[in-house]
Amino acid sequence: MATVKTYRRKLDLSGRVDLSHGAGGRAMAQLIAEIFHSALDNEWLRRGDDQSVFEIGAGRLAMTTDAFVVSPLFFPGGDIGSLAIHGTVNDLAMSGARPLYLTASFIIEEGFPLADLARIAQSMGAAARDAGVFVIAGDTKVVERGKADGVFITTAGVGRLPHGLELSGDKARPGDAVLISGSIGDHGVAVMSKRENLEFDCEILSDSAALHGLVEGMTAAAGASLRLMRDPTRGGLAATLNEIAQQSGVGFRLEEEAIPVKPEVAAACELLGLDPLNVANEGKLVAVVAPEAAKALLDAMRAHPLGRDAAIIGAVVANERRFVQLKSSFGGSRIVDWLAGEQLPRIC
Amino acid sequence: MKYVDEFRDGRLARGVAETLHRLARPDRTYRLMEFCGGHTHAISRYGLEDLLPSNMRMIHGPGCPVCVLPVGRIDMAIELARRPKVTLCTYADLMRVPASGGASLMKAKADGADIRMVYSTLDAIRIAEAEPDREVIFFAIGFETTTPPTALAIKLAIKNRLTNFSVFCNHVLTPAAMRAILGNRAEGVEIDGFVGPSHVSAVIGLQPYRFVAAQFGKPVVVAGFEPLDVLQAVVMLVRQLNEGRGEIENQYGRAVAAEGNLLAQAEMREIFELRESFEWRGLGEVADSALRLRDAYAAFDAERRFALAAHRAKDNPACECGAILRGAKRPHDCRLFGTVCTPETPMGSCMVSSEGACAAQWTYRRFDERAA
Repeated sequence: MATVKTYRRKLDLSGRVDLSHGAGGRAMAQLIAEIFHSALDNEWLRRGDDQSVFEIGAGRLAMTTDAFVVSPLFFPGGDIGSLAIHGTVNDLAMSGARPLYLTASFIIEEGFPLADLARIAQSMGAAARDAGVFVIAGDTKVVERGKADGVFITTAGVGRLPHGLELSGDKARPGDAVLISGSIGDHGVAVMSKRENLEFDCEILSDSAALHGLVEGMTAAAGASLRLMRDPTRGGLAATLNEIAQQSGVGFRLEEEAIPVKPEVAAACELLGLDPLNVANEGKLVAVVAPEAAKALLDAMRAHPLGRDAAIIGAVVANERRFVQLKSSFGGSRIVDWLAGEQLPRIC
Repeated sequence: MKYVDEFRDGRLARGVAETLHRLARPDRTYRLMEFCGGHTHAISRYGLEDLLPSNMRMIHGPGCPVCVLPVGRIDMAIELARRPKVTLCTYADLMRVPASGGASLMKAKADGADIRMVYSTLDAIRIAEAEPDREVIFFAIGFETTTPPTALAIKLAIKNRLTNFSVFCNHVLTPAAMRAILGNRAEGVEIDGFVGPSHVSAVIGLQPYRFVAAQFGKPVVVAGFEPLDVLQAVVMLVRQLNEGRGEIENQYGRAVAAEGNLLAQAEMREIFELRESFEWRGLGEVADSALRLRDAYAAFDAERRFALAAHRAKDNPACECGAILRGAKRPHDCRLFGTVCTPETPMGSCMVSSEGACAAQWTYRRFDERAA
């Protein structure tokens, strides 16, 4: 077969994104083809339509969307690309759904290095393949320099839920057990360790990961005893449990000594005056389960690589004021509160 | 975590608590002020109050630099930040402190003032170097712990020949505030002894507290910030009080030398001198309680460089921050506490800083109706 001349030079990855890459013309088409389509390649994208038509099969649908504005864009253990896949996959998985299809929308700042964009797209592609999901539609916009912070990514996703699984934040009941799938604060500390003005030596990697495989094992082990799951991302474990307390009209009683925190994370938090309970995670989940199924659920979690360090960290209690309380290692009690504003290092 | 876990051992803590219960004499009370917000934070976070005998009470003192800064000084900082070509560098805690007329640095930033959050004085120096056409002002606050880094920044600015860097100096002194609290008997604030901040003593040593024992007969135990440090300091104070002693003791011998850090003291003396008087939130004007730049460094003094007029402003009349900072009232005594004043909508500085007495009570202990 004769080669058709395209009269087009391959995108020079040593260059930078300029406004033409978002203008809808040939430059944009080339950017999408060579950076996004090549990294995320699948049969739906290959068709090149403005939308993708897909089969969903039997069951109910779950749908979600999330925007990613992390700084820095590349951090130990991940980057904004893989994070944009994992975040949306996990939001679907927390309902018990099997994630199937995602969309991705990019807002790129003029001047952003093309090589970095390619790296992010490839990381997204690898994360999607690992998770067994497909990015089947997308959008690209370029904004003037100063109007964005490098790259913002918005992903949306749909997944399929089996009949009979009804997980929801309002289902926690007094007596239920609370489990966490592993150590907390890894992602937040990894990102902070590379943040401008705050760089410190740290070997902690982000825990960014797709959790639906772990979830499958959990739903199989606990069935209808599983009340709810949630991934404690921004705001950390503290925010997640406060959300659930509000939704379910209950309180929580946690045991500080039972909550897994890596020594390096504890040390970094100590240095910065932060509480690991408020620090973000991207590859952990909290589960609330009927007490009689707690042990079986814990065993199922520990059997999966992403739940190896799972632990029962406390219980749901009746509490009209919906307080999340923690028994300290000293035997004293305190509230675990939402964070007020942004978590910031203290002065002295 | 080496050197931390040892001081958070629950089993040890329960042992210390048992000692306290054994030592506490039923015929008296023990009212102990932890001067520093760092101690307040540790006490609240670890629920230490649950371990104390019922006749022992911790009183939260004025040792949070954000809390004691009067509204007028925040107004002055906002005025500086709004000037053309000025970049104001500040620690993040200050961003949300309410200023006059509902203003704050956060709101001034949203209105277009160039206000940047930094993590150290050196960040401000770096900005001044990178942006020579901006007037970079570092909003310096804090006790003796944060003063040496400000001195260092000024020396670095001189060394690097920076002409666009200055400091809005609000550094205050711990012993002077302690004297003001002890001298104010009118309000009936009775304090039997003090837990002194170890990081301050790491700089100034123990000597500056001698007057507390000599003039007022009260014990001071300089303590670290780990929960076991605080508990051990309470044991040391209780022992002193039981024995009728009022001495300056050092619980934090692993880092604090009796003479402090002589190098840091020399740096501070070289750059700063005492202000005759400085306004503290809650304590009013306190003589010899704050620092300003010496004349030789006037070029780096933002107040002089920008001819900034002193500004005084009144607190919200319903806000009890002042009385709370003096230990005269508890957070729950303020009718704004937990109603209109929460960490999300702070009316007073004690609710703004994470180490303020109200924020600590609200964040960690608001289930505790005993404090109401």
